[in-house]
Amino acid sequence: MEALKAELKNKIITTLNLEDIAVEDIADNDPLFGDGLGLDSIDALELIVILDKDYGIKLVDPKEGKSIFQSIETMAAYISANRTK
Amino acid sequence: MISNKTNIQSYIKIENNEIVLNGTSVFKTEPTDFADFAKQAYRNFEMQYPKFFKMDALSKLAFLGSELLLSPIVSAEKENNIALVLANKSSSLDTDVKYQESISDKENYFPSPAVFVYTLPNICLGEISIRHQLKSENSFFIFDAFNGEFLSNYSNILLNTNKADLVLCGWTEFFNDNYKAFLCIISAAENENYKNENINTLYHK
Repeated sequence: MEALKAELKNKIITTLNLEDIAVEDIADNDPLFGDGLGLDSIDALELIVILDKDYGIKLVDPKEGKSIFQSIETMAAYISANRTK
Repeated sequence: MISNKTNIQSYIKIENNEIVLNGTSVFKTEPTDFADFAKQAYRNFEMQYPKFFKMDALSKLAFLGSELLLSPIVSAEKENNIALVLANKSSSLDTDVKYQESISDKENYFPSPAVFVYTLPNICLGEISIRHQLKSENSFFIFDAFNGEFLSNYSNILLNTNKADLVLCGWTEFFNDNYKAFLCIISAAENENYKNENINTLYHK
């Protein structure tokens, strides 16, 4: 799980072009949106693409995203339980 | 319509790894690609706007130019009626091609929302407007080549019909890592600096 969390942090920084943020700056329970990393709605769509492309998870109900993308912790837990690749 | 005289207040050119502001070179790098040049320029001028890194190349080019022209004159206390009038030749083709590549393989079909949102040239106007909280007129035109007369006439109409107090107008061209930006601020305020110049002469200088 720890490796997956580190992988997710790297993917988010690279894919979302978070130029001024390092892996060490993201705590596992930091909110990804709002006051945390400050991601926006387009970033949320990119996170859905990451789930599909890298972990074979198709998010059918976008409402699920709100709980899945709360933090690195929640993302990693969801991916671990649902990944197909 | 009463046509008042308008004047170029300031201008900027970005090309060949260099930024020239009002005729003076203010930033230059060794030959490199635009992404690296833009990042170095952003750091050099301490722009403090992380969303810059999410922009496509055309928006970064327009943003860099507009930032150096608008930051000294935009007021945080009052509404700034600054119209934006930009043009180029390649529209958003550079990003369009990147997006097309991401959807060309049916077996590996993962269109990027972050790339897709930049597949229109006028998005760069939105980026500038968001940065400076502008709610003013803005237009983006496509021409085969730089058309200073059109930009000048269009800007003068906006100023003379009180649609804007100032106009940021110019050319922001980007395709395949070839780029050139020429932006200027025009208003009715007196300015002797460029009384013998016009958009065309400054663009070709």
